Amino acid sequence: MRFERKDLLDLRTISSEEIELILDTATSFREVLERPIKKVPTLRGKTIANLFFEPSTRTRLSFELSAKRLNADVINFSSSTSSVLKGESLLDTAKNIIAMKVDALVIRHSSPGVAHFLAKKLPVSIINAGDGAHEHPTQGLLDLYTIREKRGRIKGLNVTIVGDIAHSRVARSDIWGLVKMGANVKVCGPPTLIPKDVDKMGVKLTYFIEDALSGCDVVIMLRIQKERQKEAFLPSLQEYREFFSLSEEKLKLAKPDVLIMHPGPVNRGMELPAEVADSTRSVILDQVTNGLAVRMAVLYLLLTR
Amino acid sequence: MGNFMKIMNEGEIERILRSLCQRILRKKENLDNLVIVGIQRRGAILARRISGLIEDLKGQKIPVGSLDINLYRDDLSRISYQPVIRDTDIPFPVDDKYILLVDDVLYTGRTVRAALDALLDLGRPRKIELLVLVDRNCRELPIQADYVGKKIVVSPEKLVEVRLRELDKKEEVVIFQREKDEI
Repeated sequence: MRFERKDLLDLRTISSEEIELILDTATSFREVLERPIKKVPTLRGKTIANLFFEPSTRTRLSFELSAKRLNADVINFSSSTSSVLKGESLLDTAKNIIAMKVDALVIRHSSPGVAHFLAKKLPVSIINAGDGAHEHPTQGLLDLYTIREKRGRIKGLNVTIVGDIAHSRVARSDIWGLVKMGANVKVCGPPTLIPKDVDKMGVKLTYFIEDALSGCDVVIMLRIQKERQKEAFLPSLQEYREFFSLSEEKLKLAKPDVLIMHPGPVNRGMELPAEVADSTRSVILDQVTNGLAVRMAVLYLLLTR
Repeated sequence: MGNFMKIMNEGEIERILRSLCQRILRKKENLDNLVIVGIQRRGAILARRISGLIEDLKGQKIPVGSLDINLYRDDLSRISYQPVIRDTDIPFPVDDKYILLVDDVLYTGRTVRAALDALLDLGRPRKIELLVLVDRNCRELPIQADYVGKKIVVSPEKLVEVRLRELDKKEEVVIFQREKDEI
């Protein structure tokens, strides 16, 4: 199968065959990361620009390193040190970067749809690295990859996502991807943080973490975004911790070999107690390593079409 | 297809692989440092067979690995299809090893060039030698094999294809006319 897309914008419109192809390709790149020389010449001569209009460490570093591992050149742009401050529009900024003969743009922005907008307007490949609360497709893919790597399959597994579903682009990409790959997905959180029509995405909903955890194979904990506290979605952070943090006690309801995942950054002691985050069931750091392999696969597939 | 010619059958492939193994064993007194690496996909199959044949003859297991060269191709931005990246599985260090690199057909030499780059990224072998089942003309790079099963000269528009039972359900080497749009 050939990857026909110019861009990777979301997991909502991607097919399960395309997801399989990305994950299979990532498996080959995962092996490259174990070599003494962790670099292959595949994208020699290509240039990739990282445009980050929102703070990010993990994702930006991961994209930068993935590109470098493939021998592409990388330029980094962050809005705080750029002409955006002088009032240049997003499209003008992007067009100016492309005029420097760049082959792909990786974009992170607080507004949903920015990557889609640029993909329509520009001839180069656009990769969505997170657009507001909309999607974060490479995070969704690396979560799928990690589950498949650890369990050998995705189909039929019970996967629970706990936390602020409403404001989470990770949750949205995870849900689209997991449902497409045949997992049974449950979401769980306080009613104020669950989007209204979430059941239309093919998931089950519960407000009780005990229901969500019972018999589950994988639990994906989301970061509770402390800045949301100001908007009065939560009575108090202490109450949230009481009801929704993943304690050892609550974890006993899940399968004994349950995988614990988190997209990072972790609020230790908030959604995840430290001893759970550091336990052997936690695959949080594997997710980070796999993120490199998945992003290498995405860059390879988009830039060698 | 009118322009189709079979140049090796199952028995001949088997016989040629055996005689290649005997030539390797005549040249190598000590097999301790020998490892075999096959280029995906048919070279990898031949590599496993050669390792098996040497074990039959000498009673010594020779480590085998497989190498995918697609990440090292020089034509990724020029070819019209996207190659499937297959596994590179070399479960031993290559440092200071004597590597026998195996492929099915030696043609332009570009695959072997890519394989050499890939191997050198894995370490610093003592020596690399090349074994091919078929050596055909039309080289584009100054690369030659150390062990050749059969050398043939065909016109440039012909293709030589090795078919092995593990992948192709038959065992033969054929020459056929390249379709016009494949060039």
